[in-house]
Amino acid sequence: MAILDILQLPNPRLKEASAPVERFDDSLRRFIDDLEETRRNGPAAVGIAAPQVGHLQRIVIVDCSTTRKPVPNHGHLVLVNPEITEWDGFELGREGCLSVPDYTGNVIRAERIKLTARDPYGATHEYEMTGYEARAVQHEVDHLDGVLFVDRLVSRRTDLFQRKVYQKGGKGKSARNR
Amino acid sequence: MDWQMLTLVGADRPGIVAQVTQALYEGGCTLGETSMIRLGGNFTIMMMVSDGGKPLATLIEPVAERMQLQYHLDPIHGALHQHLVPNFQVRVVGADRAGIVSKVTGALAGLGFNILELESDVAGSAKDPLYIMTIQGFADATLEALDEALQAAKDADIEVNVSPIETLIG
Repeated sequence: MAILDILQLPNPRLKEASAPVERFDDSLRRFIDDLEETRRNGPAAVGIAAPQVGHLQRIVIVDCSTTRKPVPNHGHLVLVNPEITEWDGFELGREGCLSVPDYTGNVIRAERIKLTARDPYGATHEYEMTGYEARAVQHEVDHLDGVLFVDRLVSRRTDLFQRKVYQKGGKGKSARNR
Repeated sequence: MDWQMLTLVGADRPGIVAQVTQALYEGGCTLGETSMIRLGGNFTIMMMVSDGGKPLATLIEPVAERMQLQYHLDPIHGALHQHLVPNFQVRVVGADRAGIVSKVTGALAGLGFNILELESDVAGSAKDPLYIMTIQGFADATLEALDEALQAAKDADIEVNVSPIETLIG
């Protein structure tokens, strides 16, 4: 296993879209082990996406089982070729990123999502997630499309007015929230 | 790097930030963290500015005069990359009564709560003003202890709630 270098903004590779994984082989699983070791090496990150280490494939790891205050979660998840299929509700939360050190800001995410993803052996799984874990998955899946949380920042003052603004955009349940 | 805090206040109109920052840029200055907000129809901004060689006042004076702004300069200690991440958010909504801020922040200070961001506004109408305040900050105290102190401090017609902020790092 190895700890990989984490790309940081303004590295342009973070803005690139990643390609789906097609071969579910040992080399994929070795990379996933390295990605997990990298996630655990830094500050307490609940997730990491392959493009954050310059590997432009659709792979993310999320683990919301160790938050300070326990939240509903599915434990340690490796999501390969994840697809969010449904979004519902929205809420404001504070995010930071291994690729954007020393900065945190507010981002609006869907409150509940459904997603399908493959595991490291190629089997398909479906998940329903809420709250913090749903937020983590949306943050990581964004990386696969070259989108970072700083691309979705909202003003601190948006907090009290978020409902109006968000519904006007009509993006609450669109197939792709972009 | 040595920083100064530049404060500018005046009647709001479009183009102030552009003109001020152009003057600073042309004078060789660097900007650090800044915060601008409109308060009661006034333009207000505080900016960390590093010296570009010329005295800052000589760069700001002409633009301040042109835009009818008052300015103030203070040498400051401090540096970039000193962010603290808040772990609690407090919301206050209620009838506009003298003393709300001092009661709420007094209760927080009693528990060692460090306010990192505070914004307050008066909504509603002139006849029935509604006071709204949001605070984000850091405290080692528990949610229950903060809530108890806030509920004890507030008046009956004011709603105060405190919630944890779990910052997601991904």
